[in-house]
Amino acid sequence: MMAELAFLFGVTRKLLGGLPLTIELVTLSVATGALLAVAMALARSASRIAAVLVSFYVFVFRGSPLLLQMFFIYYGLGQFAAVRDSFAWPALRDPTFCAILSLALNTAAYTSEILRGGLASVPSGAIEAGRAVGMSRVMLLRRVVLPLAIRQALPAYSNELIAMVKSTSLASIVTLMEVSGIAYALVSETYRAIEVLSCAGAIYLVLIVLLTRGVWLVETWLSPAGSRA
Amino acid sequence: MGNALRLVGFGPTGWGGTLLEGAAMTLALSVCAYLLGLAIGALCAWGRLSGGRAVRAMIDVYTTVLRGVPDLLVIYLFYFGGGQMIGAIAHLFGATGFFGLNGFMVGTIAIGLVTGAYQTEVLRGGYLAIPRGEIEAARAIGMGRLLMLRRIIAPRALRFALPGMGNVWQQVLKESALVSVTGLAELMRQVNVASGSTQLPFDFTIAGFALYLALTTVSGGVFMGVERRVAHGERMARKQRA
Repeated sequence: MMAELAFLFGVTRKLLGGLPLTIELVTLSVATGALLAVAMALARSASRIAAVLVSFYVFVFRGSPLLLQMFFIYYGLGQFAAVRDSFAWPALRDPTFCAILSLALNTAAYTSEILRGGLASVPSGAIEAGRAVGMSRVMLLRRVVLPLAIRQALPAYSNELIAMVKSTSLASIVTLMEVSGIAYALVSETYRAIEVLSCAGAIYLVLIVLLTRGVWLVETWLSPAGSRA
Repeated sequence: MGNALRLVGFGPTGWGGTLLEGAAMTLALSVCAYLLGLAIGALCAWGRLSGGRAVRAMIDVYTTVLRGVPDLLVIYLFYFGGGQMIGAIAHLFGATGFFGLNGFMVGTIAIGLVTGAYQTEVLRGGYLAIPRGEIEAARAIGMGRLLMLRRIIAPRALRFALPGMGNVWQQVLKESALVSVTGLAELMRQVNVASGSTQLPFDFTIAGFALYLALTTVSGGVFMGVERRVAHGERMARKQRA
């Protein structure tokens, strides 16, 4: 019994060594993805051609598995000598960079759809009212459109964030030693898959519960009843 | 360009047949996993809605855990963990070594269990969206529980749950790519193998994109067709009533 507990404790400690990398993968790819999604939303409303390109991008990245996208960026692009000789090669042969890039491109596609839904949900009456009291475009965006759109989009975005935390485990397939990568190595080392994987699962679960809680706090802060209290 | 076409084509040096077989395997795996998930989801939704406190708590734990743990780990758990358990039993009878499990079975169970958790929420939402008056009306004209389930609850809940069920299907299709880690010869695995043996990963990942997009688009169209049909039936019913 004691030996069992010591084993689980040791495994959890080793797995936690991968937590910083997991968190780095999540934060960098979510931040990049959010910026890309906003840029795509702006481009969509700016020109017809950009709108077509963005919808094609969204179609491809939402319609295919993330693993294939990661594989494409990490292995596929390196097929060409031109890519291998270019300035981008030091980055493209780094698995961390490739994992972050593919996670960011993937979440950008989903986030841009969520953003579009949020913006579409802003009642036109609210915008007209803002205009009627003489708000400038920027102020209208800041005071009316964005707060309403973000509050509407937040539940869906929170699901996307959870999906991203889980998706980082795919980075272990391109050799990264984040929590899942370490778990895989420990399974091959100890042959005790059930114990090791349960510990790894528990780490992700705690991470996701904390994240959900955080988003919930933002949500109550953004809703009128919560901000008054 | 001609070279690339020959590679993914069906000639003696082409990988087209292999890739298509992979796509068929992906489809078969996805259908099995989806049906398992649907069965689990229906059972758990029923338990959540009408079970006792202990049953509800257990289902809550199931949906929270399976939605909060990476799918890849769940697949590993069944692949290696299942092997570990069978190995332990085999050791009792004197056998030694590592025991791997059939990738198709592992994939079906793992993805079925994961998506069952999502399906539970989707189906529960569908049931809760039924206007209470319809159920009361069915009870008022003396329908039995089974008749009510068959004539009122199931069709109405399904109609409200269909969009969510379509989303889960798309999720299953894309998640099935993870089962490639078990070595099952589905599409992702075949793309991997073809890339490795030809040293042309770019060409084969592009072919993979095309096949996955075809799968998601065509099956998405099927779901939309069913949704439209159901909505049409509803409009007709409303017209007859008016």
